[in-house]
Parts: sequence; structure tokens; C-alpha cells
Amino acid sequence: MATETEHSPGEAVTARIERRWATLSIIIVGLLVGMAAYIGIHQATMPQGHVETADPKTLHLAGEFIESNLGSAVEADGSVTVRAIGQQYSFTPQCVVVPSETPVTFRATSADVVHGFLIEGTNINTMLVPGYVSALQVRFKAPGEHMMPCQEFCGIGHQGMWGKVKVVDKAAFLNMAAAKRRLTCVD
Amino acid sequence: MLTNKRLILAHFWLAFIVFAVALVLGAWQMFVRSPLNAWHFNPELYYRSVTAHGSAMGYVFPTLIAMGFGYAITEASLEKPLVGRRWAWVGFLLVAVGAVVAMVPVSLGLASVLYTFYPPMIGNPFYYIGVVMVVVGSWIWVALTSINFTIWKRDNPGKPVPLPMFANVAGSYLWGWTAVGAALEILLQILPVALGFKSTIDAGLARVFFSWTLHAIVYFWLMPTYIAYYTIFPRAIGGRLYSDAMARISFILFVVVAMPIGVHHLFADPQVGAGFKFMHSAFTGLVALPTLLTVFTICASAEIASRLRGGRGAFGWITALPWSNPIMLATALSLVMLGFGGAGGLINMSYQLDASVHNTQWITGHFHLIFGGAIVIMYFAIAYDLWPHLTGRALESFGLMRAQLWLWFIGMIVTTFPWHYVGILGMPRRMAFYDYANPAISPQAFSVVVSAIGGFILLVSGILFMLVLIRGQFGTRGEAGAYRFSVPLHMPARIPVALNSFGLWLALMIGLTVVNYGFPIAQLMVLNETSVPAVYVGASR
Repeated sequence: MATETEHSPGEAVTARIERRWATLSIIIVGLLVGMAAYIGIHQATMPQGHVETADPKTLHLAGEFIESNLGSAVEADGSVTVRAIGQQYSFTPQCVVVPSETPVTFRATSADVVHGFLIEGTNINTMLVPGYVSALQVRFKAPGEHMMPCQEFCGIGHQGMWGKVKVVDKAAFLNMAAAKRRLTCVD
Repeated sequence: MLTNKRLILAHFWLAFIVFAVALVLGAWQMFVRSPLNAWHFNPELYYRSVTAHGSAMGYVFPTLIAMGFGYAITEASLEKPLVGRRWAWVGFLLVAVGAVVAMVPVSLGLASVLYTFYPPMIGNPFYYIGVVMVVVGSWIWVALTSINFTIWKRDNPGKPVPLPMFANVAGSYLWGWTAVGAALEILLQILPVALGFKSTIDAGLARVFFSWTLHAIVYFWLMPTYIAYYTIFPRAIGGRLYSDAMARISFILFVVVAMPIGVHHLFADPQVGAGFKFMHSAFTGLVALPTLLTVFTICASAEIASRLRGGRGAFGWITALPWSNPIMLATALSLVMLGFGGAGGLINMSYQLDASVHNTQWITGHFHLIFGGAIVIMYFAIAYDLWPHLTGRALESFGLMRAQLWLWFIGMIVTTFPWHYVGILGMPRRMAFYDYANPAISPQAFSVVVSAIGGFILLVSGILFMLVLIRGQFGTRGEAGAYRFSVPLHMPARIPVALNSFGLWLALMIGLTVVNYGFPIAQLMVLNETSVPAVYVGASR
């Protein structure tokens, strides 16, 4: 490399091999970063664009996370928005119901400490940090059930904090939604 | 020339005692959370144990290794006694007392917040005070390393600083700056709440501060291992170091790019925007570079040793390596684990792939493989190499050492591979137990049992390791001679100033941290209403 010494033939060979490997390493790293950037730009999965806040002290009094507004709601454009909160040691709603083959937006926050929000068998995996709103888009392919554990240590009851996601057929979901403003599994 | 043998030995012994206790806790955790444990237990005990295991393994054990090994490097490579011997003892005592101060409330169940703190959960203030004492003790080592380096350079103008010392100084600067993130979190945010001066805390901001420390701390743990790769391994197997300059470049790269990447721990967090997540993701890619360079240099150095011993052929030279030498074995096993762990790390580095494994058992598997596997196995090798020079007695049980190293390797693979697998299935981490009767979880039960068996193998290996060291204290007396480091294939007569000093690199280190962390921190500091009520934890409340 940049070392200045009296040049012997052996030394020139070692330096050349080393330079080749360094170049190859840079190409490998560049390729990986480029791949991540390409996928990011093409929106395969993207983190939420900006920071939104929600005060846990007043969640239950006003705003989008009041109890009567939690659960799944059908929007004017046909997509579904699910609002949920995590608290020691459960989710509200504890069982989320969503339609298949429909764009779904999850909006969630925490009422006390830091929790996690993971839906097994999907790429839905985010943190619920008190004071902030987590928002994620997803599309469930087929009806079925998914476990929804809290994946962040939230106190001595953490191991018991498991919710559920029930994906139902799109038509069946719209039938249920016709009768009620906000849906959960118990409806 | 090692003059302060007692100082160095004290660091190593305390480090390995802490390690042994934390290892027993780890094995217990593996058992109680698995289906092997048929009866119910109090989950609080599990989280208490995880807090102790993480704090001991993350803050105390590697810090003491870096300090003890660092003092040995300072004396042996600069060939003069350590300047500031008394301060070094003060630093050691601060770490020792800090560890006890932190562990008392943890043992009493007053601070079961895990070693990553997790505000707004707030534990007993003495837990955080103890951690601060450990860090302050290690900062004395940072200062002493820098002072000894400066004095030597003043006395030897124009001469290249020996590579081991150059790397040691790099590691100490890296730690000095990376610890600042967690220090800010504890001093500005957590302690005022833990002591009762405030009752609210911004959890999002705390997580950003902690991420500043959380990733670069891994490179601090890694430093002694990389120093051993470059400066012990080639000498121990009778070879030469392939390249002195490339080694320096690798250590410099760690100093510069280890810090501005920590937000990759916050990929799933709502308090940091997409732009900075991408910046940190790209920089995380860069930090793979020094590891790729190191793997090449170390393998090439091994080939040199093998050819000197008569090794032939494109791959045949591998069989001619001195495999019965514990340092050879440890380095090879370490590189294998580094390969698997590093591949996992490249997966975690991208937001898109991380989304499917974030906070699952995959992550637990990943860092146990890198830290517990690749890094710690070289701590064993460093101890084996250094012990005769510290005790003045020969280490004779080579068979036992090889068995210990193999068991550690096998145990680590058996523990972490099933963890990676169940992580892909979505198994969440940090749970005291699982409902194995649930049909959605029961298929994962077998993998958890296999992991637990790996944990028991690791415990056996740990016991063998302590046995080797204890026997070493009672071995036959013999002068081990001066402690030497490996010699490069081509000794550079002169090296550029940039590869012999740190001014430019420290400026880049601090500058890049400010660029990549300045905005996210400033944004959260001006955001209103993000301070949330603290949730105090502890059995007595």
C-alpha cells in the first residue's frame, strides 16, 4: 500500500495482491449498499418517512388512539387502517382482524414503556415507543392466523404479551365492516 | 518487557471470574426458558439474571480484557515500563467497585431493566452509578494509553509506532468516544429520574443516545481479538505478518466508521426518519471493509507460516499448519465463526432484510456468534499466550486447551444456529419462557432444546478454561523470556504520518458522528411532548 520502502520484487507482488483484494472488497461492499438503496427506492419495504408524536398521558382522552377508535377501519379509498396500542402486558385490540388482498396501514403507539410489534410470517416488525407513532403498510396475501408477540423487553410480564392477527377473506371483512365502524376479532 | 505483571494479571483474573459467573447465569437462563424445565418459576428471576449476564458480559468482562491486554501491549511493544502505574490501579479499582455497586441492586431485583436500560423503565440509581464507575475506570486506561503513546513518540521522533501499540491506541480512542453516547443517556436523562429529581423522560431520545454506544461497543470488544490476529497469531505459528500497513488501515477504518452507524439498531424505531436510517445503513456496509481486509491478511500470514514449514499446493498448505498449537486452533475457529456471524451482520445491515428478523432470536444468535464466539475465543487465546509471561510458570496442558477451544466452538454453533433458525420463524427475544403447548409455538420447542444443550457445552468449556488457568498458577517455574509480537514480512523503514498518528482520524471520527447523529438528536430535543412518565421497576416498590 502506501508504505515507502526499498522495493524488492517479492514486496511488489505482495502489494499488488493486497491491492487487488482491497479493490474487490470495496466492490463487494458497494454492491451490497447499492442493492439496499435500489430496493429502498423501489419501495419494497421502507421505514416511515417522518417522525410523528402522540402523548401517552392523554391517549385515552383525545386523538386517534382513544379506545372507541382502536381496531380496523375501512377508508374512503378502500384501504384499511388498523389503530392499536401496546401496554404492559397486552395489545388493544388483543386480536386484530384484517382483510386479505387489501392495502393495510398499521398505526400504533405505546401507553407506557417501549414495546415491540411483530407479526409472524410477515415483514411487519416495528417498535412502539411511548411518545411516538409507528406507521407501517402491508398487504396480506391469504386468509389465516398470525401470532403477534411483543418483541421488546417491557417488564416482568413481557413473556405473556402475545396478540393475534386474523386475516379473513376480503368480502367477508367488508360484510363485517358494513355493520360496525371499528372491527376486532370479537365482532 | 513486562514489569507490571500483577496489574495485568489482576485485570485478567477479575475479567475471567466475572465471565465465569455470567456464563453460569447464561446456562441457567438457557435451561429455564426451554421445554426441559417442566415446572413454573418466577419470570422476574429470569430478567434479573439477563440483566446481570448482559451487564457483566457487555460492560465488565471485555473492558477488563482490553485494559489488561492494553497495559501488556504498552509495556511489551514500547519496551518500557508503564507510565502512570498508580492511576492504572485506580482505574482497576473503579471497575471492580463499580461492578459490585451495579450488581447489588440487580441481584436484589431492584434494577431488572436489562443492560440496555430501556427507559422509561427506571431501576435503582446504584445500578446506573455502578455502570458509570466502570466506564470512568476504563477512561483512565484510555488516558494512560494515550499518554504512553505520546511520550514514546516524543522520545522516538520519526520512528514508526509498533503496530500492537498503534492498534491499542486506536481501540482506546474508539472506546473513549463511543462510551459518550450511553454516558449522556445516563447522566442527562436516566439518573435525574432514578434519583427522583424528574419524573418524565424522552424514551426515543434515550434510544438514540444508546445506539451511539451500542454498535461501536462491539468494535471495542473486537479490538483485542483483531490485535491478537495481527500481532500474536503469525508469531505463534512461526510465520510473518503479511502486511503492516494494511493492518494500520484496518484499525483506522474501525476508529472512523464504527460510530456513525448505530442507528441500524433503530431501523424499526418511529423516532428516527428514513433518511438517517439509510445513511447509517450505508456506513454499516463500510465497516465490513476492515474485516474483509483482515481476513485476507490473516489467511495470507497463515500461508506464509505454512510454506516456511514446507507446506505445498494451492490448498495443501492448510494441512501443514501447526494445528496442535492452541493459538492456531483458536484463530481458525474464530475466523469460521466470524465468517458466519459477519454474513448475518451483512443481512442485518439492510433495512429491508432486517425487518424480518429485528428483535427475534436471530439477533441473539448473531451477537452471541460474533462476540461470544469469534471474539471471546481469542480472549482465551490471548490468556493462553500471555499467561506464562505473567505467572513465570509454564502452561503445560495443551490437550486440555485444545479440548476447551473445540468445545467452545461446538457449543457456540449448537447454541446460535437454532437461534438464527427460530428467529426467521419470528420467535421474539428476551422472553422468560414460551407457551410450548400453543400449536403456533410448539414446532420451535425442539430448536430451543438444542440451543440449551449448546449452552451446557459452553459451560463445560468455560470450566475447562478456568481449570487451565488455575493449573497454570501452580505449574513448573520457568522463564518465558521477553514477550514478543509478530514481525511483518517486509518491515517498513518509514511509514506515512497518516498511518503513524491519529489527529486526522479522530477529527473524522468526531465529525462523522456529529454529521450522522447531530440532526436526529437535535430534532428530538426540540420536539415537544415526547417526554413520558417514568415507570419505576423493582421488587420493593
